[in-house]
Amino acid sequence: MMLDIQNVHKKFNETDVLKGIDLQVEKGDVVAILGPSGSGKTTFLRCLNFLERADKGTMIFDGETFDLGAASRQEIARIRKKTAFVFQNYNLFLNKTVLQNVTLGLTVGARMNKAEARDIAETMLRKVGMADRLTSYPNQLSGGQQQRVAIARALASSPEIIYFDEPTSALDPELIGEVLAVMRQLAEDGMTMLVVTHEMDFARNVSNKVLFMEGGNVIENGPSKEFFANPTHPRTKEFIRTILESRQ
Amino acid sequence: MSERLWGILRDSFPRLLGYGVRVTIPLTVVSFALALAISVLVALIQYANVKVLRQICRFYIWIIRGTPLLVQLYLVFYGLPSVGIVLDAWPAAVLVFGFNEGAYMAETMRGALESVSTGQVEAGYCVGMNYLQIMAHVVLPQAFRTAFPALSNSLISMLKGTSMAATITVMEMFRQAQVINGRVYESLGLYSEVAVIYLAFCTILTWLQHKGEKKLASYGGTRK
Repeated sequence: MMLDIQNVHKKFNETDVLKGIDLQVEKGDVVAILGPSGSGKTTFLRCLNFLERADKGTMIFDGETFDLGAASRQEIARIRKKTAFVFQNYNLFLNKTVLQNVTLGLTVGARMNKAEARDIAETMLRKVGMADRLTSYPNQLSGGQQQRVAIARALASSPEIIYFDEPTSALDPELIGEVLAVMRQLAEDGMTMLVVTHEMDFARNVSNKVLFMEGGNVIENGPSKEFFANPTHPRTKEFIRTILESRQ
Repeated sequence: MSERLWGILRDSFPRLLGYGVRVTIPLTVVSFALALAISVLVALIQYANVKVLRQICRFYIWIIRGTPLLVQLYLVFYGLPSVGIVLDAWPAAVLVFGFNEGAYMAETMRGALESVSTGQVEAGYCVGMNYLQIMAHVVLPQAFRTAFPALSNSLISMLKGTSMAATITVMEMFRQAQVINGRVYESLGLYSEVAVIYLAFCTILTWLQHKGEKKLASYGGTRK
């Protein structure tokens, strides 16, 4: 198993946001994390990359055990090296060009030489269809284009897993497709992905596992085919029904 | 205009301009450099929320912003010698101007730092950069861009403010005008003349500011 996450707890001002989340991820898995807003999905994802500090929890990554509540700075750096994060609001560096956005982590963070970093960046930007905008600044791009650059930036460090936090939620409806297409391609290429999303088609057709959360608990966790075909828990049934209804 | 006044103005102009270029401008540049260094340091300490140091910074800003510049000049130059700290007029002026404007600029810089979205800092961590690298490559450049107009304002205000150094015996442009006036008694003419030179200096700075803003506007124009 590539990633084994156990018993993640997190409180914000005495409110339990995560009440013991477990998740197992195999290499090549695409896990859709679903659930109503406020269920703790985003917090869970952020805890895995230490953007939030969990109160407690264990992460076994490639056989190495980390304490999510007490990892040292070095351990955090080591985990972050193996992972990448795609944000809802893209969070591109606004003072950097498209190319620099992708190379910065390589040249500054990983001290790679510029030519090598540029090669990698161009390859990744070609993958997401942004190789023709190398010298543009983020503010000159649409949301969909920015998110594709953000995905290229995530790919550049050759992560073992990419976390996506609602990657299409800030996008205008007509721009969602281009980002989902890139993500689908990554999934087909075998990239391991954890995706917090409200895109049911993506969850149903691209992901192979679903983690359904509500109120800080895992309600259902299993293959996505079963989740959509035979939801067992009443809350899951209701959630799927509401989603389907809201789209009509 | 009388022949006499015209002669006085013509004779005094190169001399005043000379003091402007040789004293007022260097005094401004050195004091501004000090103010800029102080402001970045003080703003970063507050932005990063460094304990204790943060309190010291707030105290510094409180004192400086709550007391007049003229009083600060007098305190440092005329007051400190009685506790054994004797400064020459020039260093005293640089220190006071630097620390004074530095307090205002620190607030400008702090606001500019805070205007950079925290999401970009998080993204920086996620691509493997550390705090200092993120500050140097992402946050500070954007903060400087945001703060640039306000910092230019501070520079212009400091240039005019250096005339106050006259009160602690620094022989700068305004003091020179006073000296000449003491001989010839042409207050209106001489002080108008020195005002015009200040105006010319400030006009050049304003022009430089516009050029600078154009150059910095390169990251895609309008921000969201």
